[in-house]
Amino acid sequence: MNKEKREIVIPSQLLGDVKDKKAGRGTFVENKKIYAEILGVLNENNGFINVVPLKGRYDPIEKDFVIGIVEEPMASSWLVDINAAYPALLHVNEVPWDVEFGETEKYLNHGDSVMAKVLSVDQEKKLQVTLKDRNLYKIRGGTMIEVEPSKVPRIIGKKGSMISLLKKYTNCRIFVGQNGRIWIDGDEDGVKKVIETIKKIEDESLAYGLTNKIEELLKKDAKDVR
Amino acid sequence: MTITPSIKRDYLEKLAQNGKRADGRKFDEFRNIEIETNIISKAEGSARVKIGNTQVVAGVKMDLGDPYPDTPDSGVMTTAAELIPLASPDFESGPPREDAIELARVVDRGIRESDVIEVDKLCIVPSEKIWMVFIDIHIIDFDGNLFDAASLASLAALMTAKVPIERLKPTLEKLQEKFPDVKKYLDEHPKDYPLPLTTPPVSCTSVKYNGTIVIDPALDEEEIAEVRLTVATDEKGDIRAMQKGLNGSFTVDEVKKVIKASIDNGKKIREQLYKSVGK
Amino acid sequence: MKSDIKLFENGKRLDGRKPDELRKIKIEAGVLHRAEGSCYLEWGGNKVIAAVYGPREAIPRHTQNPLRAIVNAKYNMAAFSVDDRKRPGPDRRSREISKVISEALEKVILLEKYPRASIDVNIEVLEAEAGTRCAGLTAAAVALADAGIPMKDIPVACAAGKIEDKVVLDLGKEEDNFGNADLPISISPRTGEILLLQMDGHLTLQEFDQALDMAIKGCNTISEIQKNAIMEKYQSKNGGD
Repeated sequence: MNKEKREIVIPSQLLGDVKDKKAGRGTFVENKKIYAEILGVLNENNGFINVVPLKGRYDPIEKDFVIGIVEEPMASSWLVDINAAYPALLHVNEVPWDVEFGETEKYLNHGDSVMAKVLSVDQEKKLQVTLKDRNLYKIRGGTMIEVEPSKVPRIIGKKGSMISLLKKYTNCRIFVGQNGRIWIDGDEDGVKKVIETIKKIEDESLAYGLTNKIEELLKKDAKDVR
Repeated sequence: MTITPSIKRDYLEKLAQNGKRADGRKFDEFRNIEIETNIISKAEGSARVKIGNTQVVAGVKMDLGDPYPDTPDSGVMTTAAELIPLASPDFESGPPREDAIELARVVDRGIRESDVIEVDKLCIVPSEKIWMVFIDIHIIDFDGNLFDAASLASLAALMTAKVPIERLKPTLEKLQEKFPDVKKYLDEHPKDYPLPLTTPPVSCTSVKYNGTIVIDPALDEEEIAEVRLTVATDEKGDIRAMQKGLNGSFTVDEVKKVIKASIDNGKKIREQLYKSVGK
Repeated sequence: MKSDIKLFENGKRLDGRKPDELRKIKIEAGVLHRAEGSCYLEWGGNKVIAAVYGPREAIPRHTQNPLRAIVNAKYNMAAFSVDDRKRPGPDRRSREISKVISEALEKVILLEKYPRASIDVNIEVLEAEAGTRCAGLTAAAVALADAGIPMKDIPVACAAGKIEDKVVLDLGKEEDNFGNADLPISISPRTGEILLLQMDGHLTLQEFDQALDMAIKGCNTISEIQKNAIMEKYQSKNGGD
């Protein structure tokens, strides 16, 4: 099969005509023509022309799992940074604890990290997150790194293939937030390996056959250790 | 403001207890340093320094001026630093904040108090006209340890700076009409010539977090630092300037350890500095 | 300003250029580590660096626009960027240039996607040689694309002017000081719309048409260089084996 390069497009690049295609994400229409609006990778799917962003802040979507960092406890809510253009609000009603008015710092404080879910994004882009779900909690232990949110799909891999590889060869617990924040916990060497490998995936995210390449590297390192 | 997640702080502290740093360096090891000189042709001297990802551009400009009344036969130097908003999401535009002012003053003292610039050789007409040397430091990418990057860039810029006789010839010739002394000066220095300098001291900065002391803090280490110590040493290993920053404290023993690491690293950095300016 | 300098010699300009020739331009995207988007640009003797942060919530709150993002472009010249050292800090000229650049950028950025936010663009002139606002805007545009900011187009800027009664493209230092007119413009290359337009000096209607036409052509040439710079940065990471 012919390995074509993934096509990179830039803002204002002409991608097609509304006659034959539909304008998808990352595009805009002017005078019946479809143009790219961001720097990204061209992707055609079911007659839609999409541009998948290569860079840029996290664009919150309801139900996304994200890792947030608490900025400020307020009277009955917390302000949480989720690496979006705006901070998100976490209301006391959206946490699994019974929080008294004004006692928010007892539960979450400046610098605490949380595994959260995007609850709502309104017209004015006001964001709300929630901790009320299984698998959502205040994070303890481990460490955190940040990657470009656009690289998250690559790091997770098709059906989680890439992330499973990482977990297998390093014995670490890893959680990838859609907002580009990744939590890692394990022994020192394992964590180091995960961080190095993720950096490599970030750098070569557009390459084909990356999953195999990474698997080879991880296998080799595991052999060397033995 | 960028927030450091507390789990990251805990992770760095745990690593430190096992003698490790997040980027794999030893406690007394600097990141990779790059020095490039003569990058701004309009400036009398200029340099770009990278320590890891931290990037600083320094420019030296000179002009004719009046001496200070208490030093009538001396040239004058000033140092200014700008933490321009380019360099970090947390830098705002506006008048310099205390960090920028402290940075400029510490770099300035390192140069001034060690008599790096031979200001007594910058006199054109005693009590009337002298050379003013302006050092301007522009931080363009902030990833930890601005003190050393700014200091190194300033030194590299000074060591490649030339006194701008040619650019200011018209003004100097006009001055001759009023002060015949100027003719003697111009006869001695008909063209641009290297700024007269003595050997510079090199600064090394360390920080302490949770009892661990590391040299050349990267951004994440600087964010959790309790206290900071910058030590400038000369080619003999003598101490020429020191500055403690932040609101933590050091033991006497710790100060001595920092001084030793600064002397050792200072030596290596000096070699690299000399090489890059063609000495 | 009158002078004895001859700006034309045998049909060639002081630096050897033809009347419609641009100075040498070099553009590099993504050069800074902390900034979300950045660009380093050299244009003749100009050296400019631009960085973008955002979109992020606009502060102070009273500057927020509930319907769209605001663009804060700040143009600043380094103290060592000019012959006679410039005192650090914004002066009135920098603030005016910041304003016209912000306005040009606002037209092409899809601001409605980010209500209450600000897009902060910082332009730093490290070395100046006439045409810094055009260099600054051109670099800012690349930095915006590099940051993943959604735009309808990548704006570009260029100036034309008049020296010794001849209309020329891209004024150099002496030409700017001793010439008779200066016309910096910025366009949206896809549509040809004019986003920035300033002029000082003296031009007849005919000369204006000539200068505008020349500047637009210049813009289009530079637009290709911008686009190549962006592609080069990201293409190299593409399809590696």
